[in-house]
Amino acid sequence: MKLSREEVLHIALLARLGLTETEVNRLSEQLSNILENFEALQQVDTSGIPPTAQSIPLRNVVSEDKVIPCLPQNQILANAPRRDGNFFRVKIVLE
Amino acid sequence: MADNHNQLTIHEAHRLLKTKQLSSVELTKACLENIHRIEPKVHALITTTDELALKQAEKADKLIAEGKANPLTGIPGLIKDNMCTKGIKTTCASKMLENFVPPYDAGVVERLNSCGAVILGKSNMDEFAMGSSTENSALFTTHNPWDLSRVPGGSSGGSAAAVAAGETIFALGSDTGGSIRQPAGFCNVTGLKPTYGRVSRYGLVAFASSLDQIGPLTQDVTDCALVLNAIAAHDSRDSTSVPSPTPDYTQCLSADLNGLRIGVPKEYFVEGIQTEVAQAIRTAINKLEELGAKVNWEASLPHTPYALAVYYIIAPSEASANLARYDGVKYGFSYQDTNSMWEAMEKTRQYGFGAEVKRRIMLGTYALSAGYYDAYYLKAQKVRTLIRQEFDQAFEKFDALITPTSPTVPFKIGEKVDDPLQMYLSDVCTLPINIAGLPAISIPAGFADGLPIGMQIIAKPFAEETILKIAHAYQQATGWHKKRAEI
Repeated sequence: MKLSREEVLHIALLARLGLTETEVNRLSEQLSNILENFEALQQVDTSGIPPTAQSIPLRNVVSEDKVIPCLPQNQILANAPRRDGNFFRVKIVLE
Repeated sequence: MADNHNQLTIHEAHRLLKTKQLSSVELTKACLENIHRIEPKVHALITTTDELALKQAEKADKLIAEGKANPLTGIPGLIKDNMCTKGIKTTCASKMLENFVPPYDAGVVERLNSCGAVILGKSNMDEFAMGSSTENSALFTTHNPWDLSRVPGGSSGGSAAAVAAGETIFALGSDTGGSIRQPAGFCNVTGLKPTYGRVSRYGLVAFASSLDQIGPLTQDVTDCALVLNAIAAHDSRDSTSVPSPTPDYTQCLSADLNGLRIGVPKEYFVEGIQTEVAQAIRTAINKLEELGAKVNWEASLPHTPYALAVYYIIAPSEASANLARYDGVKYGFSYQDTNSMWEAMEKTRQYGFGAEVKRRIMLGTYALSAGYYDAYYLKAQKVRTLIRQEFDQAFEKFDALITPTSPTVPFKIGEKVDDPLQMYLSDVCTLPINIAGLPAISIPAGFADGLPIGMQIIAKPFAEETILKIAHAYQQATGWHKKRAEI
């Protein structure tokens, strides 16, 4: 299982992860190596076996319908890299 | 540091505090002095909160004077830097969160505060808890107090090293695939990963949400039970927090193991395990037999060899989704030198994340992407079911399973950084336990050439008491946990 340069770039795009040329080459090699090692999983017979998403028997945990105080705007915005009044400032989405 | 108060256990310190032979301020100062003496060598702490700690210690001394002390009142502890602390930087050892100051406390931090515990600071870790050595910290690498040229393990390496070096009385860590137990083993301390759902994950920066769990790193099992008493509780802000009542975990501590059934899964003693490690664990199990346990040396968990692949598909998949939140908009590092939203996001993540975090985001995104989901993620989830079922069946026959914590003693700094698969193998004994959501402890079980060896004790879900009982009996009968690194 060899991951091509194009595949690495495609996954990086899905993850919105910028990569340098060196990183693309290194990841292509390392991910291929890791995935090759994981091929062994395909040998396990899992027919009729349901998937496990989490390990505890809790199902459909719901909260009480109750109004509780939340953090004040100022504290929520305190870590914002760019702020405009009481808003997070973002780059232009639509040109 | 005339009296070495910084090397007291919680229960010893509590006795001295209650009988007014020691004040929390004195105890806190002893730890802080030792931190300032040792940190240039060990590098276990990202943030030290001297002033706050002394204020909390003064408050604790008042509580003690009023007769309102509980076992953690006035006891100094350290928090892994992926648990939110209100007003105190919480970096996850990442450039992404280097200057992040949370507006709220994690559930476990609230609980420590309400006990009157003293917070000394925040401990170093692998970036976003991804790693087994702290070498993935974007800030610096922690050194093992037993041999400064070696790693302390990870990802809770700062917490383990600080307990081992007497910089703190106890510490909290988090464990997704072994991140409490492996460093506990490497540093000769006691580290417990509770059952998934036992301790609230509210305010723990998410890595792999179906595997993450918070737990204590301490000097002995009694301390471990005391910290677990303080942090284990239902929390409605974590929907995977289990509402069942928590027992007093100190009640199960006895020296009698008569009738206890212990299984030794043979799959944990095969290829890659260091001879001295296997030998030390066998000797330790013989000791448990002497103490009354019935040992079956031929227990078997045949799907164990697949756990590594299952883990390294599921954990990165969950991580790739959890870490999607770092977009440079709401908090954290933000690349500004562009007008394009997409470029800002890509560059924020390019410069904000380190190599291992990127590798796992890529691996997880791949495993979840169209065309590969069934072959990787879904397949891994199905094998996860088989691994869980196998443990369920084993626990019909045994009260506990015993294995090494890690296949080797602590390795050299730099030895495995260029080979991710070799690094991943360091967690091969611990990660099946997270896959099944079980509780497990690592306790000191001997040395090879002066380097610590950890023994892992595993039990069925919510049977922390069985684990603590066995671990305590072993510590009463041996003295490995009392050996201290000379530093």
